[in-house]
Amino acid sequence: MGKTLLKRAGLLIGTLLLVSMLAFVAFSVIPGDPTDSILGIEATEEQRLALRAQLGLDQPIYQRYWSWLTAFVTGDFGQSYKYNMPVSGLVAAQAKVTLVLAAVSFVLIVVISLPLGLISARHQGGIVDRVVTVLTQVTMSVPNFIMGLGLMFLFALVLKWFEPKYIPLEDGLGAHLRFMVFPALAIALPKSAMTVKLLRGSILGEMGQDYIRTAYSKGNSQGSALWRHVLRNAMIPVVTFLAMAIGDIMAGSIVVEQVFTIPGLGRILISSIGNRDYPVVQAIVVLLAGVVVLCNFLADLLYRVMDPRIDGR
Amino acid sequence: MMLDIRDLSVVFTDRGAPFTAVDRFSLQMEEGEIVGIVGESGSGKSMTAHALMGLIRRSAVTVSGSAVFEGTDLLPLSRAELRQYQGRDLSIIFQEPMTSLNPTMRIGKQVEESLRIHEKLSRAERKARALDAMALAGLPDPEEVYRQYPHQLSGGMRQRVMIASALVLRPRLLIADEPTTALDVTIQAQILETLKDINRKEGTAILFISHDLGVVKALCSRVVVMKQGEIVESGPVDDVFYHPREDYTKLLIASRPKREKLRGGGDNE
Ligand SMILES: Nc1ncnc2c1ncn2[C@@H]1O[C@H](COP(=O)(O)OP(=O)(O)O)[C@@H](O)[C@H]1O
Ligand SMILES: [Mg+2]
Repeated sequence: MGKTLLKRAGLLIGTLLLVSMLAFVAFSVIPGDPTDSILGIEATEEQRLALRAQLGLDQPIYQRYWSWLTAFVTGDFGQSYKYNMPVSGLVAAQAKVTLVLAAVSFVLIVVISLPLGLISARHQGGIVDRVVTVLTQVTMSVPNFIMGLGLMFLFALVLKWFEPKYIPLEDGLGAHLRFMVFPALAIALPKSAMTVKLLRGSILGEMGQDYIRTAYSKGNSQGSALWRHVLRNAMIPVVTFLAMAIGDIMAGSIVVEQVFTIPGLGRILISSIGNRDYPVVQAIVVLLAGVVVLCNFLADLLYRVMDPRIDGR
Repeated sequence: MMLDIRDLSVVFTDRGAPFTAVDRFSLQMEEGEIVGIVGESGSGKSMTAHALMGLIRRSAVTVSGSAVFEGTDLLPLSRAELRQYQGRDLSIIFQEPMTSLNPTMRIGKQVEESLRIHEKLSRAERKARALDAMALAGLPDPEEVYRQYPHQLSGGMRQRVMIASALVLRPRLLIADEPTTALDVTIQAQILETLKDINRKEGTAILFISHDLGVVKALCSRVVVMKQGEIVESGPVDDVFYHPREDYTKLLIASRPKREKLRGGGDNE
């Protein structure tokens, strides 16, 4: 187990390096120049060159990447071109908002889909199962953006359950979370639908396995066969799916932030790309990738704990 | 009489015309007896066993007749009533040792599961009795196996684990549904030997199912021969083996694997 862990940790760092490199290369090949947005289009060629030299943009790309990387590992994310302040100071607050949104979304997915998946599998063909099946079918294909608008319309404008105005954490955790639940739902609902479908199918698949027949032959009731035998086995593919969903949740957060005008990473990411403010973009990309890769790493650990067959192979 | 099965029928009603998998099956068994059911694949042996164990729980399957075990007809019992028997008085081991164990549960927990369900014991007591059953089932190093997972064991060992978990409450009747079909011949012989030992030591009656009349002959006193859900022949095993009345039975005898025939019809294996 120790060896595989080490291997996974290596993979984690390798992935992050690769992502940061790709982001670096991508931003040096797309058209547009950071000096445009800083100096405006009136600036002379000399001013432009001077600024490029000052920002280090005249150096070859591998050199720039190297100095970015060496600074990054010491915790220095560089300076924003546009705002002329440290990137870390610029994105920290927004990153927190986005991470909270993603975390709430994830919790919602788990809280919504596990019970529904269980109930609809347990009472297959029953009324709950049929309603859930229709709902998941509908919800699954709705994009986060549309779902966000729909929820906003329904809960803010029609039902007036919340004001369509962002409430920061400083106004109290309860109020903050109460607001965040709605954008989080926009992210969570489509993913929950998929999770319910997957879990239901997985449970039903396991219910038909030979070892469940063995469990019944020992005197297990249907409930205890489900709890003691089916659930753990049925959760294995679901855990993998949820881990892979983290990336989508992060991406979904950035989109939904726009709908709900939440000052998260999405807004600053988009304006920084527009401004060609590479250090900021770079930091956000690596941060998002880091979250995704780390969550996958944790899911892999969990997966190994849940399925003893993995290590034996 | 310990078990009296009369006119047990199992009918599938889910695809078009009803299909009778077991047709008026009758069999009586005394305490401690080993009785065989033999028949070609698809003749309804497993369905008979599952019906008896209460494992047919689909609404599209109708089970009729009676199966009186120690004075109680099992067939009309509710699921909850039946559970009192399953794993305690009646146990079963299946044809598929590779898939009959839960892949994510430690062997020990699976062996002691019937104890957990039917008796209130401390963890230590449960473990002691599980280890005891594992030794009885011929598992070497029960302490070690107790901690392992199914994928770490061979097919033969897994079947022994199944035997141990079936025996942990010392049932009156063990149904063994082709327990060695999936295993190779040497392992098969050892497992048969183990079943025989268990019958001798514990007095457990065994309903032994096989498609191989030679194996049945090595183990059982009486045998019923099944064909397409019906019993076509029955009697003391030697009579049926040496003086078969039905062509079907003769075919079953003739189609036995050569290897065992050379060794004398499965005796002393
Ligand atoms: N789920 C099922 N639906 C319909 N027919 C089945 C089903 N399971 C088994 N059967 C049929 O019942 C008959 C008896 O099967 P089985 O008892 O498993 O045979 P055996 O154990 O003797 O090989 C077979 O013809 C088989 O095709
Ligand atoms: Mg069978």
